[in-house]
Formats: sequence, structure tokens, C-alpha cells
Amino acid sequence: MAVPIETLLRELAPQVLGAVVRRFHDFAAAEDAVQEALLAATMQWPQRGVPDNPRGWLIQVSGRRMMDYLRSEEARRRREAEVALEDAQVAPPADAVPEAVQDDTLTLFFMCCHPSLTPSSAIALTLRAVGGLTTSEIAKAFLVPEATMAQRISRAKASIKASGVPFQLPTRQEQAQRLRAVLHVLYLIFNEGYTSSTGPQLQRLELSQEAIRLTRCVHTLLPDDGEVAGLLALMLLTDARRAARTGPDGELIPLTKQDRTLWDRAEIAEGIALLTAALSKGSIGAYQLQAAIAAVHDEAARAEDTDWAQILALYELLKRMSDNPMVLLNHAIAVAMVHGPSKGLELLREFDSDARIAGHHRLDAVRAHLLEMAGDPQAAITHYRIAASRTTSIPERNYLITQAARLSEISSK
Amino acid sequence: MKYILMMTGTKAGVDTYRAWSKSDVEAHFAFLRSLNKDLSESGELVANEPLGAPEQAKVVRGGKDGVPITDGVFPEAKEFLLGYWIVDVESPERAYEIAARLSAGPGPGGVCTNMPIEVRQIMSSRTSDSGS
Repeated sequence: MAVPIETLLRELAPQVLGAVVRRFHDFAAAEDAVQEALLAATMQWPQRGVPDNPRGWLIQVSGRRMMDYLRSEEARRRREAEVALEDAQVAPPADAVPEAVQDDTLTLFFMCCHPSLTPSSAIALTLRAVGGLTTSEIAKAFLVPEATMAQRISRAKASIKASGVPFQLPTRQEQAQRLRAVLHVLYLIFNEGYTSSTGPQLQRLELSQEAIRLTRCVHTLLPDDGEVAGLLALMLLTDARRAARTGPDGELIPLTKQDRTLWDRAEIAEGIALLTAALSKGSIGAYQLQAAIAAVHDEAARAEDTDWAQILALYELLKRMSDNPMVLLNHAIAVAMVHGPSKGLELLREFDSDARIAGHHRLDAVRAHLLEMAGDPQAAITHYRIAASRTTSIPERNYLITQAARLSEISSK
Repeated sequence: MKYILMMTGTKAGVDTYRAWSKSDVEAHFAFLRSLNKDLSESGELVANEPLGAPEQAKVVRGGKDGVPITDGVFPEAKEFLLGYWIVDVESPERAYEIAARLSAGPGPGGVCTNMPIEVRQIMSSRTSDSGS
């Protein structure tokens, strides 16, 4: 069965971009040229059929766009244009297999996730240049006008140009830090993907799926990296619960109340297999630990079967290597589940003086939950309401207001 | 993160504005054009809508059988929304920076108006799977 054109184009996009950048040395212009070639393919291939060498076709069309661009720039940048045209004339023919196709994709990841870019710039540029998505698709996914997104991507490319980062893999010393930046961007894209299942969002690109696809790509390119595998496992183990996270009216259903028959067992199995393989390689990182925690949840047949003692042990380890305040909150919940709610509440009191957590809606939400567990409904109601006023997520706000109302009703009986 | 920046004014304030000199009005328009151009170029502008004159505003309530009852008589001190900007920015501080610039627009004689701009974060349909 033939691969759908859209899927084929998205797979080829980074390979084509790599080839065009190598030939013409101008990442920003090459990226625009490839975008145009992709759009041309989207319009022509359904009618004329997919070419025998689709990658070659895209490289040729991108190349012609680049030539047009360089000629129009010639008056202003004569010398650079002449050099580029000369290089293009001695370049191998379009249908020759480009050397190191895989390396170019990895290089693109590193460039698009360069630490000098803001997170939203890196996300937008990665989705376009590596993901092969159109500006319009990305704009819709982030609920901004297409012009706004186009401008954001242009500026991201201008930043990269200004930073002078060359189109090549980072040095061995830099690679660890640069890879961390790539994984962070992919993690952010994944988290952007969680939306309510009702309303106009149904037509939107599933960003969590795209994050998984891109992370798989990095995993294929770097199969021995434990944290890459850990991140992919974490995404799969989290995504597996997607169908159970929201109710029929889009309402939020917390982990402990989800209908586990709706969890995707195949995704869970794949996540666990990846994680097991990653852990056997020796060093443990934060993503692997988070994946391990997700795996413990996903392995429990019912909420009450959850091995909270193991989760607590994993959070103890994670606390030492991650400074993410949400980790501290989740650790407090695990403490409460193993040692009782008052122990958890004790930990929360320390956070009131931690600027990173105090005032965050999740602190009040967790506190409310533990106060309810501890048998203090009035205090729980107060904190559910505070949390509701602080969150900026509509489904979370609705959930918190509902909890406060539920408790209010119970305690007035 | 998306924020809405709201510019409000009373009928009296709007009447005063209508009496500004030509050069003050042109300076005001130039200021708004420049702000919007910068916000477009930075990829932060999502929307900007100036609203119709306050005299044309209506307050609508549902009457008997759902027939709308409209009322266009307002107290002089009522604050009307004159227009809004929706921006997509990296941090709350950046939203406040843009609002401050909006507030510092030139008024009569070129003196900065220093009008208050209400800044509210726009809620999202997203949640985060914080696990636990």
C-alpha cells in the first residue's frame, strides 16, 4: 500500500533541507526554498503522480528556487552569489544519493534547537524544518495567525544566522548540552499536545503525536543514548493514557480515576521495552526516571494496585538530579500515599517559602487533595478554590471548581 | 503565553480625545502604527481590534421569551473597552512591557497619557499531564 503523499513529504523534508543547505550554505533561504518545493509537491503530485525519485525531485525544485533567490540578491551581494552559483554548478546531480543523509537530520535538530533560541522559536522552527509541517499547520496548532507564526520562524532563522552556528554536528564536548536542548524542545512539543478533546481542537494537528515521531527519529539516529530512549519511553507511556484523560464533555479525569481499559496497552508495552533496554545501558537520567515512574503507574491494573513505594523511591532519585519544582510536588504526593497525608502536607509547608513553587496553582491543588485525604474538608475547599483562581487551564479550573463544590455539598450534609 | 491588553475609557475621556489638535491626533496614530509594526515583526501580535464608539454600545439582557432588551443609556463614569491587543509572549514580564509602552502613548501636547492598561492572561484548553 502506497505511503500517503503527506507522510512521504514530511519524512523527506529534513533530508532535502540537509542536501540543499550543504549545496548552497544558506540555511534560512534553503529552508524557505524547501518549504516552497514541499507546497509545489502537495499541489502537483496528487494529479501527476509521485515522481520515481521524490527526494531528487524536491532537491531539484528547491535548487531552482534557491537559484532564483540568489540571482535576485546578486545586485546586493554579488560576490557571495557568484561563489554559491559556482558551487552549485559543480555539485553532484540531483538524483545522486546524498552522503550521510542521516547525519543531516541530526544536524538540523541541533541547529533548530540551538540554545540561543527562545523555546517557542525553537519549537516552531523544529516543527517546520525537521517536522516538515507547513506554517499554517503550526499556526493552527498554537492558535495564532499564520502571519505571526511565519514571522516567528523568520526571526528564529535570523537568530541562528546571527549566532554564526555552522551547519555541522556539534563537537563531542558540546554534544551533551546540545542534545539536552533538543530533548527539552521535543518534551515541550509533547506537553503542548494535550488538549481538551472537544471543540475546534479536534481538527488540530496532534502535537503529541508529532513529538513522538520526531523523538523516534532522534532515537533511530542515536540508538545508544539512554536519555533519548528514556524520553521516547516517557512520551509513549504518557500518551498511552490519552483516551482516558478527558471525559465525554472534555472534562479532566485525574490519573487515579481514569478508566484503565481505555489505556493503550501496545504503547505501554513499547514504552516499557524501550525503558528496560535503556536502563540496561548503565547510566540513569531524568527522562528515564520519569519514564520509570510512568511505567509503575501504567503497570497497575487498578489505581489501588499502584506501587507507591516504588514511585516514592524513584522520586527520591529524581529529586537529586532535577530542579523542576513539579518533581518536588509529585514527590510530596508519593510521600503522602506511602506515609500518610500529614507527612505530605509537612513537605508542602516548606514550599511556601520556595519562590519557584509558592503561588503556583499546583501547590494549592496538591495541598487541597492532601487536606481532603487528611479529613479536613473545609481547608481543602479553600485551597481548591485558590488553585482554581490561579490556573490558566480551562479544564483544570473546571475540575478544581467541581472538587470544591463536591466537598462543599458533602460537608454540608 | 497569550495575554489580552485592554484599553478602556469613559465617554468624557473619549469626548476630550475627539477635541485633540490635528498634530496630536496624527502623533497618536503614528504611535499605534509603530507599536503594531514592531509587534508584528517580533511575531508577538495575535490580534488588535479597536472597538466602535461608546455611544454605539449596547447592553443586552434576555427579556421575557428570550426577546433581547437593549439599553444604551450609561452613567457618565462607566468605563468602556475602547480596544484590545492579544499578544503571544514568552513571559508575563514581556506582556507588562508591551502594556507599559501602550500606556506611554502621546496625548495632547505630546505629553504621555499614562493610561491604565488592564493585562489578563488568556486561558488555554490545554492541561498538563503532571502524572503523580
